[in-house]
Amino acid sequence: MSPVTYVRAPSATEAVRMGSEPGVRLLGGGTNLVDLMRKGVEAPSGLIDVTALADRVEQADDGGLVIGAPTRNSVVAAHPLIRTRYPMLSRAILAGASAQVRNMATVGGNLMQRTRCLYFNDAAGSRCNKRVPGSGCDAIGGSNRYHAIIGGSAACVATHPSDMCVALAALDARVRIAGPNGVRTVQLVDFHRLPGDRPDIETVLDHAEMIVAIELPAPLKALHSGYRKVRDRASYAFALVSVAAGLSMQDGRVRDVRVAFGGIAPKPWRAIRIEEALRGIPLVPETTAAAIEAEFAEAALLPGNAFKRELAKRTLTAMLNELAGDDA
Amino acid sequence: MSKIQNAVIGSVRTVIGWVPAGWLPGGAPDPLIERRAAIGSQASRLDGPLKVAGQARFAAEVVMERLCHAALVHSTVTRGRLARMDTQAAEAAPGVIMVVTYRNMPRVGPLPLMGMADLSAVGNSSLPILQDAQVRYNGQVVAAVIAETQDQADHAASLIQVDYEREPARTVFEEAKAHARTPASVLIEKNHVSVGNAERELISAPHSVDNVYRTPGQNHNAIELHTVTAAWEGESLVVHDTTQMVAPSASALAKLFGLKKEQVRVLSPFVGGGFGGKGLWDHQIVAVAVARMIGRPLRVTLSREGVYRIIGGRSPSEQRVAISADAAGKFSALVHTGYSVMPPYGACPEQYTMGSRALYDAGSFEIVQRHVDLDIVPNTFMRAPGEAIGTFALESAIDELAHGMGMDPIELRLHNIAERHPLSGTPFSQHALKQAFDDGARRFGWERRRTTPATRREGEWRIGMGCATGSFPYVRMPGANVSITLRSDGTATIACSAQEMGMGTATVQAQHAADRLGLPIEAITFELGDSALPAAPMAGGSSQTVSIAGAIAAGAEKLTLELLRLAGNASPVAGLRPSEVRLTAGGIASTSDPARNESYRSILARAARDAVTITAAGSAPLEMFKFAMHSSSAVFCELRVSDVTGEVRVDRLLGSFDCGTILNPKTAASQFRGGMIMGLGLALMEETLFDERSGRIMNATLADYHIPAHLDVPQIDVMWTGIPDPRSPLGARGIGEIGVTGVAAAVANAVFNATGKRVRDLPITLDKLLTE
Repeated sequence: MSPVTYVRAPSATEAVRMGSEPGVRLLGGGTNLVDLMRKGVEAPSGLIDVTALADRVEQADDGGLVIGAPTRNSVVAAHPLIRTRYPMLSRAILAGASAQVRNMATVGGNLMQRTRCLYFNDAAGSRCNKRVPGSGCDAIGGSNRYHAIIGGSAACVATHPSDMCVALAALDARVRIAGPNGVRTVQLVDFHRLPGDRPDIETVLDHAEMIVAIELPAPLKALHSGYRKVRDRASYAFALVSVAAGLSMQDGRVRDVRVAFGGIAPKPWRAIRIEEALRGIPLVPETTAAAIEAEFAEAALLPGNAFKRELAKRTLTAMLNELAGDDA
Repeated sequence: MSKIQNAVIGSVRTVIGWVPAGWLPGGAPDPLIERRAAIGSQASRLDGPLKVAGQARFAAEVVMERLCHAALVHSTVTRGRLARMDTQAAEAAPGVIMVVTYRNMPRVGPLPLMGMADLSAVGNSSLPILQDAQVRYNGQVVAAVIAETQDQADHAASLIQVDYEREPARTVFEEAKAHARTPASVLIEKNHVSVGNAERELISAPHSVDNVYRTPGQNHNAIELHTVTAAWEGESLVVHDTTQMVAPSASALAKLFGLKKEQVRVLSPFVGGGFGGKGLWDHQIVAVAVARMIGRPLRVTLSREGVYRIIGGRSPSEQRVAISADAAGKFSALVHTGYSVMPPYGACPEQYTMGSRALYDAGSFEIVQRHVDLDIVPNTFMRAPGEAIGTFALESAIDELAHGMGMDPIELRLHNIAERHPLSGTPFSQHALKQAFDDGARRFGWERRRTTPATRREGEWRIGMGCATGSFPYVRMPGANVSITLRSDGTATIACSAQEMGMGTATVQAQHAADRLGLPIEAITFELGDSALPAAPMAGGSSQTVSIAGAIAAGAEKLTLELLRLAGNASPVAGLRPSEVRLTAGGIASTSDPARNESYRSILARAARDAVTITAAGSAPLEMFKFAMHSSSAVFCELRVSDVTGEVRVDRLLGSFDCGTILNPKTAASQFRGGMIMGLGLALMEETLFDERSGRIMNATLADYHIPAHLDVPQIDVMWTGIPDPRSPLGARGIGEIGVTGVAAAVANAVFNATGKRVRDLPITLDKLLTE
């Protein structure tokens, strides 16, 4: 690891000021950034520790919640208001990493974590357009089991590894961002970018900005929801496919449905097309299958990850059936 | 190994065959088999309290003045030349003492490869270490940065710029098969065995299977990283290492650096997991050579990635197993052939056909292993090398045959268990695989298994049961020495250079010595992990316990003689010959008239001695050649496979072992379970992702290389026949590795029973079960 300066930010304003210096990075729990520094993938000149800033879960006026960016993942997962009103979020967080990592990792850091692509992580020996723009991608012809089948590009097929963000995408969460010119809010589904020809630019966050909070809108009424993560071992592994789904039925028809996927795309993948296709109709196998099929019509499959299309379809279908059963 | 070796081993076997059993080690059963107190008890590990309290001092924790640290730089290409190395920035970095490359590394010869002839030849790789500009595999050490602290060394290492002139490399298994070599022997066995005409039998038999099984490469992941500290004191060398070969390392280092044996001391009191990976590799050579050059003690600790880069693992394999049977289920042919990787500069032949040579009778055999050359870090021994993956292929094939015949797979196995060694015709010293299956099946509830696959389900989960045979040969190594010091206060110290890798070596040998010397276990101290002590062989091949036990038994005989001499004419035991006494209740007693006895205390007091010390060597392990000595096991598995996702969740595992006397049920159960968990990893997730384009290992971290997490490990039941082997010390055979064997096949067979899908390439990941 290269030598690095370290300071704790006393306030959000100060954090924004200090964090806008070139070469400086904000530090949450360090569960990803410090790993990457050890591997030589990241080499910031300075770290601004933001974990002393507001790390609370507060009720908002609109019936929703505001989660401070430095709040630890384990705190969010265990919070009574999260568990009762947004159980899908709680489950998603608990499906990720290990208890020790969740105790350190922050909500803001979870959004900012980098892909776990083997070639991205191998700064010494592999080419990666995300790490060194224009250098090439060794994943596309190599080990790509954990890579994207949807939303990728010829330059990059890396996946965003978060579980939490998949639930946040399904829940219409917003990201509150502070910068030199004040505070702005973006939808979580718009926060992460698709790679295109610039996979190195992963979010809409400017270097001089920082995430201060996640806003959750008021929970949907009568929504049965769940989070299912499919992986290569029973715990402590990234998702091959994960699904955050919510469903409420009325008079035998879908009143509302939320679907987001993890593990298959460069960003938490909100499946808007599936939702639109199913809303207002009865949940019958053929239409459900057709709706899901349509979402993956443009999937770009690689030898190592081609199975994910089938896996994603099956996992979502089973979840919708289960949620519909809960509703009955 | 060579044709000469085949001839030598073959003639030893022939000669030993003519020698009456009574003249050989194991000729008469060890009397301790019948008479024991501490052996067989649930003694807790003597090193347990130290480890729980964090007081066990591991190799990386040795405190030393003026200690400096190293960080290694690894090649990122597979074949080529170091065209340019810019080390200036590293040399100028804070705390850096020196950057070592092939230009300034002292000249050191290659390590002699591990072999059967010379016990000090323990190298895993014979490639030069920082001696020239050639790159021979991806990950090879190309530079070492020496600095005051580890952080400074790590940082400076990242500043080194290397340009390579790339050369073509062999990295593709499938392509290299065309140039595979057929070695004359595999370990001490003749490689190619051809009995009858197996291929013809396959065609004519009413039932047969003939399939190819594939297993991936795997890497060592002991929790304790490889670490070594080398300190020169004048012309003497002290090495604090974590090693499975304390005395052999000292001999090898002495030879390599032109020292006398007594000038080298290797210390390794605790090893935080070995599994075959903790041998002599490049980092120890760098540490010793550079420490001498800079005149300061030097520590080299590999990073986790470093372990993947320069410590070999299990070879990938492609194995063909074909079996035919007559209408009654009697095997008429057993074919086991295949390919594994073994570069000419490596030492491990990945002996995956060993189980097929020993377990079953068949009318004909065709067995041969072929070696593929790739430009890789040489693979090495990894817990149950060969057997772990060989039993996957063999035992899957038997399950496939049983299914095809509509026969219970246990019944098919029991129908073909060999009474004598199927190839040599030698009688087994002890063999109770049938009992292991019977006991295991009963405890496991095998009768509840559905014979038709894919017929049992709960919700989305399909449930299945499978079983397999596990197998591991008995090995006792030559060259085991111990000293025994018996003191006038009634205590004794046993010492040898043996290795404690966490399996309870010191505990079990203290139990053994207590019974052997007729003392309570509290009176015994067992010293190990120091090459200054009498030399013990390496810990490998599940042989350490019996190897040292043999030496202690020999030592007890010598001690008896010495005590009788010291006792003199005034003793109640005067005039008795060693064969007429036994060591019991803190003294010597006549075997026929126990009232005739004298305590050690009394003998030593009369002789005016504070203590008596003897050293002794274990006998040559000729019993291995006289008898077929082989452990086996019956492994059972019950699991669920999701119909939705293909995820496999193992619910129950049971291992029923036939390994001779179980010396300590507590440590043995732990060994068996640990092995079975490794087998579970082999079955379901462990896989080195080797990029065949670059020759580079891509998942060199514990995050990306999956081993079972706690949630993957089910209840594991272990049991054993406990029948003593009349030919081995204590009646025991090794137990460290057999736990791994058979598990992958039991899992694969259970997956088939659950789903009707046969997976022949490991690991059994969910994508292989998704397809219709």
